[in-house]
Amino acid sequence: MSMQVSMTVNGEQVTEEIEGRTLLVHFLRDQLRLTGTHWGCDTSNCGTCVVWMDGEPVKSCTVLAAMAGGREVRTVEDLEQDGVLDPIQQGFMECHGVQCGFCTPGMMMTARALLDRNPDPTDREIREAISGQICRCTGYATIVRSVQWAAAAEAAFEGRS
Amino acid sequence: MQVPAPFEYERATSVDHAIGLLERLGNTSRLIAGGHSLLPMMKLRLVNLEYLIDINDLHDELGYVRLARGEIRVGAMTRHRELLESDPLAEAFPIFRDAERVIADPVVRNRGTLGGSLCQADPSEDLSAVCTTLDASCVIRGSAGDRVVTMAEFYRGPYETAIEDNEMLIEIRIPVRAGGSSAYEKVERRAGDWAVVSCGAALWMDGDLISDARVGLAAVGPNTTGIPAISDALRGKAPSEELFEQAGAIAGENCSPQNDMRGSADYKRHLANELTRRALRRAVARIGGQAR
Repeated sequence: MSMQVSMTVNGEQVTEEIEGRTLLVHFLRDQLRLTGTHWGCDTSNCGTCVVWMDGEPVKSCTVLAAMAGGREVRTVEDLEQDGVLDPIQQGFMECHGVQCGFCTPGMMMTARALLDRNPDPTDREIREAISGQICRCTGYATIVRSVQWAAAAEAAFEGRS
Repeated sequence: MQVPAPFEYERATSVDHAIGLLERLGNTSRLIAGGHSLLPMMKLRLVNLEYLIDINDLHDELGYVRLARGEIRVGAMTRHRELLESDPLAEAFPIFRDAERVIADPVVRNRGTLGGSLCQADPSEDLSAVCTTLDASCVIRGSAGDRVVTMAEFYRGPYETAIEDNEMLIEIRIPVRAGGSSAYEKVERRAGDWAVVSCGAALWMDGDLISDARVGLAAVGPNTTGIPAISDALRGKAPSEELFEQAGAIAGENCSPQNDMRGSADYKRHLANELTRRALRRAVARIGGQAR
């Protein structure tokens, strides 16, 4: 039942042998050793496994690696570029958006996608965007603040405020 | 770790190709679209297959909301997010946007599809209730051509549909009639959960009187149910609180909820009653332009 799959992961073309049933989250973590993406509930509830597929956040525990064939996958490892943290990462540091850190990769990937579509989200819009994700430290208030920090930082950088 | 049992992965490149594969592989195969219902079932080994046919490449062919004469046609691969964001759909049927706002969460909505939701035939599934309320029909394609079935014909029981092993759902058609509006009400235990009970209502006015009305309930029977007795009770009457009360009572009586972890049967009857009133009230207010 083994097969070959090729996809772009964080801008690099990869080709690997997989089983048809291999889930994207395990492919990323176990085969590519990209362990920044976390593996949580396995039932598409907790959202710590969120990565981007063709620019959209998806729960990688509920996507087959084979289904990602030919597509572009982006993981949390790609947020930092050339040693410079993404404003989202910076915001999570500044505003204590990380407690135990388990939900963090998924939260940050969803937040990055939100700000790309909506650079100035309201508190409610941020909460809606992360509503498919669970922080079991219940640190939602600081996560929302972290995303707001990032939005403000990007607005300042681009001279929008 | 939950993983599906081993299977062979196939990827369809067109609707014809998918049907060809189904024709060849028969009941040992299943189509997978968003996969957010099927993969969890496979992980739990409730569904075991020899072949899985990925139809995500058919999104270009089957992902659309089209205005046709007297109806709106929605492709089976249209994703929840696209349904939520479609202005023409929300304009004709506000019930769609109401429902999409409370289906799962934004990340899941990036993947899940209209066709996949209907084919899952979960008794608690929201879009099934929406399509039942709107008297939609389903276009099913096989190698011999297309056939069109009503929602009542489409559902055969929990998790069972009229689609044969070598067929696929390709389109949903919803009749558009002037002078109407619609709404959706849902009670869930937490954001994005399956409904404890949900209720869709669509209503059409002729002057001051209701010319037709439909109510669809989810999670209170083997499949989402339309309740003809409510339509009969409302037709030809002027909308009023007393009338909605009457409709709510009919909904509470004409459903068959079960005690489960989401609530007792009595509580669900109460919800069916209350949500029917709310949905009808909101649909009528929308016709008058008093509510969004």
